[in-house]
Amino acid sequence: MTIAHLEAEPLTRTVTDDAVRRSLDAVLDPELDEPITELGFVRSIRVNGGAVDEGTTDATVEVHLRLPTSFCSPNFAYLMASDSKDAVAAIPGVGRVVVELDDHHDSDLINAGLAADAGYRGTFRHEAEDSLDELRGTFRRKAHTAAMERCLTSLLRADGDLPEQELGRVRLGDLPAGREKDALLRRRSALGLSGDDDAPVLVDAEGRTYPAEAVPLALRRARSTRISIDGNAHFCRGLLRTRYEGSGADQAFRPEGAEPADQHGLLPLTVKEPHS
Amino acid sequence: MYSKDGENYFIVDAHIALWDARPENQRNIHGKQFIDCFYDYHRNLSPDSEQWTYEEYLYQGGERLMKDLFTDGYVDHAIFQPAYLGEFYHRGFGQTEEAYGLAAANPDKLTYNHCFDPRQGEAGLDQLRADHERMGFQGVKLYTAEWHGESRGYKLSDPWTYRYFEECRKLGIKNIHVHKGPTIRPLDRDAFDVSDVDHAASDFTDLNFVVEHVGLPRLEDFCWIATQEPNVHGGLAVAMPFMHSRPRYFAQIIGELIYWIGEDRIQFSSDYALWTPRWLVERFVDFQIPEDMTEYAQLTTGQKKKILGLNAAKMYGIPVPAELQIPDAEETATGPRQPERADLASAR
Repeated sequence: MTIAHLEAEPLTRTVTDDAVRRSLDAVLDPELDEPITELGFVRSIRVNGGAVDEGTTDATVEVHLRLPTSFCSPNFAYLMASDSKDAVAAIPGVGRVVVELDDHHDSDLINAGLAADAGYRGTFRHEAEDSLDELRGTFRRKAHTAAMERCLTSLLRADGDLPEQELGRVRLGDLPAGREKDALLRRRSALGLSGDDDAPVLVDAEGRTYPAEAVPLALRRARSTRISIDGNAHFCRGLLRTRYEGSGADQAFRPEGAEPADQHGLLPLTVKEPHS
Repeated sequence: MYSKDGENYFIVDAHIALWDARPENQRNIHGKQFIDCFYDYHRNLSPDSEQWTYEEYLYQGGERLMKDLFTDGYVDHAIFQPAYLGEFYHRGFGQTEEAYGLAAANPDKLTYNHCFDPRQGEAGLDQLRADHERMGFQGVKLYTAEWHGESRGYKLSDPWTYRYFEECRKLGIKNIHVHKGPTIRPLDRDAFDVSDVDHAASDFTDLNFVVEHVGLPRLEDFCWIATQEPNVHGGLAVAMPFMHSRPRYFAQIIGELIYWIGEDRIQFSSDYALWTPRWLVERFVDFQIPEDMTEYAQLTTGQKKKILGLNAAKMYGIPVPAELQIPDAEETATGPRQPERADLASAR
């Protein structure tokens, strides 16, 4: 995935591009609930120093990020960039970390804030009030809502005779094993909700169930959330591919909400360099 | 008018612009970033046959607009919704005077809506009164992510916005088109949040609030507030072209809107010059919910007629030939519309 980094990696390098990339797997786009490495948002990784034969132990890592538009929300952009800096800095053997967001309307502001470790409030000054924790929380809840709806709608589609009202009785143990259930369990864990087999599936972010008569509306509302997240996830991917030619090669396929136009693997791909 | 299979559709394009994003009008890098963002939307969502060159995209002019909408595009009437963007463009992005002049010269085809920025305070209120005196508009377009000095956005629930809504009431400006953008103060919260529309709509029940691009990327938040407020409507700007690239997503958007706000409160628009209306009208008339999406009823011809023009014509008092009219659905004013009602509509 590295760009313009053609020289061979010295065998003695303590920090590899791949290690940096794996650390960035843990950075999520909070809005889309996906790793930035799967969305193609990591534009380049460059590791300097850190090789034993260069007489230093700490590597300098420079990461460039890119987003689908210049006007993507600056709060999300900042979160991803600052989370990236934290993730890379935590790699053993890494000294200095430079993370830069490219081609964004707030690139100068965000990059200066990151370089100075100014934090959210120090970066956005009068535009920041307290913290971005509430924003993260909002989207953690939405991610759970969408994952829950996917599981329940799959049950409905598998059994045409199952009335919507009955979905309030479904428990985790009733869900078939697989990607959808795994995703739901991860989202529940992030909210501190039980993963036990007897835990009800259709719950709000605090784990509260719905009275029977409220179940259909809760499901419908969850559905609109799922449609929104899936739609945005694919639109953002598509816009990134339009904006940066070849960036599709850096994107992982997302089955949820996928349509024929999302099979962009048929487009010409740029040749990826092998990781050392 | 568009005709197909013996059905005639009165077309109102409820959100169009006459913009100038040419380099000589760009004030700074953000002017270029803004039009480049639009152009990427255009390239990403349009069929190959409908894609414009970048040069064409920067500026169209009135003559081209008239051709794209009325000669080629089946549009009976279109409504200007200007975005000012004075921080990005020397003479603004939406060309208000040119658009107003074009509408004044073609009153049967064009309606001019104006724009205001509540951060202009008292002086802006005076300007609004003077502009209304001269131009006589019945609607405004508000872009809440407009930059203004140190500020990069405002809310409909801000006290100064309320002052402007009170003035709108007095002047008879009754249609408030809202375009949510990505920068809102404080950045602590979701920038696309539409909850401020909820507050304003509850406090100004005599005004119509048309949320453009149906709240995307927050369709779920829009549906939830719109279903509770009888004066909140959904504009399909930006949503329409998903018909081509992501038809299943578009089907779900329309299905959700019909369920949460009903067939009488959804308005078609091409968002010209982001896209052109011709292919959008043709494809929407042909569009249908995929059969495996059993959670939604099939779209009826009547629903398509309302969305493509009758709903906006009603809001703006645009005359529609009697033979093209159809009655309102007998739907609840708030709360989800029942799917079985959609089934009844299809049986009519």
